[in-house]
Amino acid sequence: MDEDAGSMERITRCGAGGVVTKSIGLEPREGYPNPTVVELECGILNAMGLPNPGINNFEDEIKNLKKSNVPVIGSIFGSDKDGFVELGKKMQSYGADALELNMSCPHAKGYGLEIGSDPDLVREITKNVKKSTKIPVFVKISPNLANIVEIAKAAESAHANAIVAINTVKAMKIDLELRIPILSNKIGGYSGKAVKPIGVCCVCEIAKNVNIPIIGVGGITTGEDAIEYFMAGASAVQIGSGIHYRGVEIFEKICIEIESWMKDHNYNKISELIGVAHI
Amino acid sequence: MNYPKITKIIETRKEAKDTKTILFKDSVEIIPGQFFMIWIPGVDEIPMSVSYIDKDIKGITFRKIGDATKALYNLKKDDKIGIRGPYGNGFKINGKNILFVGGGTGIAMIAPAVEKASYEKITSTVVLGVKNKDELFFEKKLQKTGAKIFVATDDGSKGDKGFATDLAEKMLNEHKFDSVLTCGPEIMMKKLHSLCNNIPFQASLERYMKCGFGICGQCCIGKGLRVCKDGPVFDGETLKNIEEFGKYKRDASGKKIPL
Ligand SMILES: Cc1cc2nc3c(=O)[nH]c(=O)nc-3n(C[C@H](O)[C@H](O)[C@H](O)COP(=O)(O)OP(=O)(O)OC[C@H]3O[C@@H](n4cnc5c(N)ncnc54)[C@H](O)[C@@H]3O)c2cc1C
Ligand SMILES: Cc1cc2nc3c(=O)[nH]c(=O)nc-3n(C[C@H](O)[C@H](O)[C@H](O)COP(=O)(O)O)c2cc1C
Ligand code: FES
Repeated sequence: MDEDAGSMERITRCGAGGVVTKSIGLEPREGYPNPTVVELECGILNAMGLPNPGINNFEDEIKNLKKSNVPVIGSIFGSDKDGFVELGKKMQSYGADALELNMSCPHAKGYGLEIGSDPDLVREITKNVKKSTKIPVFVKISPNLANIVEIAKAAESAHANAIVAINTVKAMKIDLELRIPILSNKIGGYSGKAVKPIGVCCVCEIAKNVNIPIIGVGGITTGEDAIEYFMAGASAVQIGSGIHYRGVEIFEKICIEIESWMKDHNYNKISELIGVAHI
Repeated sequence: MNYPKITKIIETRKEAKDTKTILFKDSVEIIPGQFFMIWIPGVDEIPMSVSYIDKDIKGITFRKIGDATKALYNLKKDDKIGIRGPYGNGFKINGKNILFVGGGTGIAMIAPAVEKASYEKITSTVVLGVKNKDELFFEKKLQKTGAKIFVATDDGSKGDKGFATDLAEKMLNEHKFDSVLTCGPEIMMKKLHSLCNNIPFQASLERYMKCGFGICGQCCIGKGLRVCKDGPVFDGETLKNIEEFGKYKRDASGKKIPL
């Protein structure tokens, strides 16, 4: 629920501190044909294919959203530094409060993970977006990396303001009856409950090796899940698939659960929890 | 779970020009107005209202208009399709005297609602609007429920000449209804909404759908209402606050397109 102003506003009314937009590219993109999303036993598998109306059509959505003063992180994806720079500048001019560079989508040819697995490209793109914009820049990275720390360090060295981890985990589901992959794109990304331990591990490894804040994401459905991410080293968290498990009200529920856990365990500030699991 | 169940088509029926019903075994409980995501392997997966509700058999009725519906139209008995759902909220059927207005393929989802109303001994009046008599379907099926059926065609080839809304306006002026339920072209439903003033009103909307279970954001309208999950049926009060109702929808990319 991140493609139009109305939905993003609803999410903040439900207790989220801010919203990350759908990843937006230079041109409108329909994404892959259906089936694009299915639910599996322990998570959600999707290959949307980065559908989005294109940056120019997104101006209205951001402007409408900013009328209600919602903090907005504009997610963007390009195939090279010039694309990212143009998208970043436009997002900033529409009123986005920060940028998230999607270098981690596992199922879009020429974008996402194909860029985000090359430390030199990550550094170059991040550096150029930073140079041409004033708002904070976050780099979203994939769990499907042999060198996740190296990628995070590349983003840090290019002065990224934070790392977002993780995007979906590359995955496939084959239908037994039809003997074909269910997704039209065959390969998709896995999210939801099943990926939480993967996300927590990635955040922990990154936190030990970089000094910029980390935004944890992947499989969070309860306040305790969020606390686990804080302990791994995240300073903030994002929630996607959790909306399916607990409804749009999940944001408020999680805030209450975090507070009550902290009260029970005598913590006053989330900052006291960040990274406590690193020994 | 939100994963397609593969099932064999047990029967196909031609209902009207370019319009077919496909029946398959399914024992799930359905509220009239709910829909399935229908997977045509190798082609597409599309939303389709449940048009036929029996204890162990369900069906969909559709018109061929593009690749997916053409492929569906050409399927035969024993061919396999995938079914996910049911999805959405469905109609609330209450009151003593209901006016149903179905336009085009919207008739498909109105039919089980009329059947339920008749089962609950609610007096039902049904207005069916189509372009011409060749496109009319379900007239007999609906007559069997005991509902009063009125037909409007754009060209006058059957029933009244004119729009379903003209006929509905006449009914609304002449009779008192507790509730108006509709599914059809959004422009028609918008007009009907404006005619209904204080009568409780419910309309079933269509938007481009991908997940069907409220997670992808493709089908959102108004202030974050997901047509697949919070709808597809919305009441008159809610519709008043949906700015795009009757004005625009979005294509697969999320770009606005005028209706
Ligand atoms: C909740 C719901 C219930 C529906 N019930 C019925 C029904 O009972 N009978 C019937 O004939 N039609 C119904 N439709 C419409 C049906 O889904 C479209 O006609 C069908 O998807 C067209 O696909 P196509 O490939 O044949 O056509 P295309 O040429 O691909 O498209 C033709 C039109 O269908 C729309 N469409 C295409 N794919 C989708 C999609 N995934 N989701 C929504 N719209 C789409 C397009 O926006 C376009 O306006 C329903 C739609 C919704 C949202
Ligand atoms: C349907 C769907 C669409 C997504 N679209 C995007 C996207 O456009 N850009 C992006 O960076 N991540 C996207 N993601 C990934 C999520 O932002 C998130 O990183 C991932 O789902 C793990 O978190 P979760 O378990 O809370 O969903 C998408 C995930 C899902 C399920
Ligand atoms: S179709 Fe995905 S949210 Fe409705």
